[in-house]
Amino acid sequence: MPHDHHDHDHDNHLEPMDARVRALETILTRKGLVDPAAIDTIIDTYAHRVGPQNGAAVVARAWTDPAFAEFLARDATAAVASMGYCGRQGEHVQAVFNTPLQHNVIVCTLCSCYPWSLLGLPPVWYKSPAYRSRVVIEPRAVLAEFGLVLPAGQSVRVWDSTAEMRYLVVPMRPAGTEGWAPEALAALVTRESMVGTGLPQVPA
Amino acid sequence: MNGPQDLGGRMGFGPVAPEANEPLFHAPWEARALGITLACGALGHWNLDESRHARETLGPAVYYSSSYYEIWTRALMVLLQRHGLVSAGELAAGQAEAASPHPKRLTADRVPGVLARGTPYDRPLTASPRFAPGDRVRTRNAHPRGHTRLPTYLAGHLGVIESDHGGFVLPDSNAHGLGEAPGRLYTVVFDGVEVWGHDGEPGLTISADLWEGYLENA
Repeated sequence: MPHDHHDHDHDNHLEPMDARVRALETILTRKGLVDPAAIDTIIDTYAHRVGPQNGAAVVARAWTDPAFAEFLARDATAAVASMGYCGRQGEHVQAVFNTPLQHNVIVCTLCSCYPWSLLGLPPVWYKSPAYRSRVVIEPRAVLAEFGLVLPAGQSVRVWDSTAEMRYLVVPMRPAGTEGWAPEALAALVTRESMVGTGLPQVPA
Repeated sequence: MNGPQDLGGRMGFGPVAPEANEPLFHAPWEARALGITLACGALGHWNLDESRHARETLGPAVYYSSSYYEIWTRALMVLLQRHGLVSAGELAAGQAEAASPHPKRLTADRVPGVLARGTPYDRPLTASPRFAPGDRVRTRNAHPRGHTRLPTYLAGHLGVIESDHGGFVLPDSNAHGLGEAPGRLYTVVFDGVEVWGHDGEPGLTISADLWEGYLENA
């Protein structure tokens, strides 16, 4: 698909789309339908304020604060709101916890539903037909393409985000991080580990 | 609708190929496309479900040959015309006469509040639940021509109710301007063998969030 092959994409799509979107923004601005400064602010929000660092802070706190972990398991929408994370594409949140017996993976087979308030904008692979079609029938094969090979005894549960519930995977805390502060732990929590296509980084 | 968006279990799309250190946007126009899509949505002429339906009705050839922000942009042009905000002539010409601001035009100062509030889709219900956690259910073998959120790969299959999320806006109605028609939403769990026979990976479990009207007693 287009973004899986970037060089090809440059040849065929980027320049016509650049012209098309510029023209559309010009029309919308002239007609009083959009304010270019508002568009700048939207872009800035997802470039600098709302991204996977939010979800990483939630995971690190869950690893270090058992009462918060219990709150997150019971009512994730309220738990993440208590840390200031709420809003668009994060209105209704559920946290799913990996265990030695079950690994969780999130997908949206019908579009690209993703917990924006916690992870920001979805990466191209998450929106790709390859991921959306395959992860519900052969998740281990897909995870292997991310370099993730799960133990045979760990089953896989795939959560298809077919409604407005948005899912955050809480990965297992890496060994060797006993006594670490939440800020240091958060640095280990990758975006992929919170979707289920990766694991947290292992401390060096 | 059994459209190009309904991808679960389809084959032939190749490897996933995640990109290392992927940038947030791959070109400046993608960022602008995101911004104008959200800003136009804030005008209030359509809802998220109608947006999704506009994307899935672009046609399979367009859908599969377009990047996701291209799909968004093409669907936005459909919605702008359908709701009388922009004409086909204006889009073709790439220009328009100046007009005074729309009363709900999103200004920069309102962006943080609008994004932080989002659009909650939960709604109170008076009817009591038809199903309880642990109940066995069968999804309807339904193939509506309009918008739905029951994927075809899960239609007509046995599952188990895991949780009850209460009332949520029903996309099948809301996408078509027929009202929110809230219904009860459940997480339903399916065994991989039930869904795929022995062509899925062993040990697989799948869940989806499905409205009560998608489900029958089993």
